[in-house]
Amino acid sequence: MKKSALSVYAVAYVLKKIWSACADLLPIVVVIAFFQFVIIRKPLPDVGEILLGTGLVVVGLSMFIEGLERALFPIGEEMAYSLTRKGSLFWLLIFSFALGFSTTVAEPALIAVSNEAANIAIDGGLLENSDRARNSYSLGLRLTVAFSVGFSILLGVLRILRNWPLHYLIIGGYCIVMLMTLFAPQEIIGIAYDAGGVTTSTITVPLVTALGVGLATIIKGRNPLIDGFGLIAFASLLPMIFVMGYGLVVF
Amino acid sequence: MHFFAEFGKDFLLTCRDVLPIFLLFGFFQLVVLRQPIVNLRSILVGSVYVIVGLTLFLVGLEKALFPLGKVMASQLADPAFLQGSRAGIDLTDWTNYGWVYLFAALIGFSTTIAEPSLIAVAYKAREVSGGAINTWGLRITVACGVAFGISLGTFRIVSGTPLYLFILGGYIIVVIQTCFAPKTIMALAYDSGGVTTSTVTVPIVAALGLGLSASVPGRNPAIDGFGLIAFASLFPIIAVLGYGQYAQWSISRAQKKNKEKRNEI
Repeated sequence: MKKSALSVYAVAYVLKKIWSACADLLPIVVVIAFFQFVIIRKPLPDVGEILLGTGLVVVGLSMFIEGLERALFPIGEEMAYSLTRKGSLFWLLIFSFALGFSTTVAEPALIAVSNEAANIAIDGGLLENSDRARNSYSLGLRLTVAFSVGFSILLGVLRILRNWPLHYLIIGGYCIVMLMTLFAPQEIIGIAYDAGGVTTSTITVPLVTALGVGLATIIKGRNPLIDGFGLIAFASLLPMIFVMGYGLVVF
Repeated sequence: MHFFAEFGKDFLLTCRDVLPIFLLFGFFQLVVLRQPIVNLRSILVGSVYVIVGLTLFLVGLEKALFPLGKVMASQLADPAFLQGSRAGIDLTDWTNYGWVYLFAALIGFSTTIAEPSLIAVAYKAREVSGGAINTWGLRITVACGVAFGISLGTFRIVSGTPLYLFILGGYIIVVIQTCFAPKTIMALAYDSGGVTTSTVTVPIVAALGLGLSASVPGRNPAIDGFGLIAFASLFPIIAVLGYGQYAQWSISRAQKKNKEKRNEI
């Protein structure tokens, strides 16, 4: 009797999760259907495949969100608690840097973008057309972006500890971006601007957010809402500056 | 068989994303902090959820949404579709791309709503603000920002205006808003710029940018195809700051009204 009540509860829980994932996906389905049937007016290719794919997306998204609350948030918070309890600034900063660097350096989106960037540089005549030059350029770009993300998390954590006002740092960063746009080679500007957006992966964002909010909750005198966020902001600003700097140094 | 091969590939890719995090976490807990991991079982189960969930999500996107989205983006940017029944339309005139702007806005909006990173940040924001920041309110605001940004970005590709002018303009707006927006929303607004563009948005938007710059005469895909992501990460900041300003304004107006009422009585 008790067991069946429990399983009813579990089924209801799972259904609720799946329902909310459906709500998340509904807009895409509506937009694509509208354009396909009303504007382009062509029948859908391979309906079975599309339905199967959409089903997988719904199940996958609900599982991811469940895992978010069970694993990614707790890990980020746990690290914030343990490292502040240890009281060592050195290890906290090492952890922040390593977290940003290690999650970015092997990011597939970044690898794709840096290879593309190498080709553009060769087309623009900025780079010698050889495999060696291409590989060393794109590896250098990847390391630059990964370093900049590591440095961003480190800077963001330091900001929470030292209580620096976020908006001065961000506005200062904007000024540097605009200044460097004037001097950086044309071929790297578009990539540099996009590099800011592609660096933070789906797994890194929840972890880093939990870390920041965790720190701001533990440290006295900090407001989690005002001080806890802002780590991602650095991680999308600094790569632009570093990539343009890389362009200036290499060419 | 093909399905399992694809699943296996994405599964390994996701594992590779998660691996550095687990090594780092394990190293710090066991070597630096020397303490056992609390709730180890729950974290392990949750990690399996994250890995399997993200894998299914990616496989599904690649099966269903990406091919469709990419085909549609290139079809809408195709000169044959743009000309439609009227032959000899001027492809350099920006007013002839109405459907492209609309598609850009709607696809930007809808992919942002489904973006898992944004869902995560919105959950955290609700938890931290004690429910004052509504999950859907934040997500819809951010999605509107992305919609406007990507739509403007496609206009930039069609009209050929330099990218930095728009970015500079956007930065100036953000700086001005920063002076007036409530402090509580600021950090969240800056963060929401970075989370909008990850798994779902980038592939479709990149296809739109590349297809469009290939079909508009005089544009070079290698140079003009980039930059849409930059728009998608700048305009959500403006949208969220604006939402914060609006909320502040409406609260202060309500308070004023209450005061006046009390004075009348």
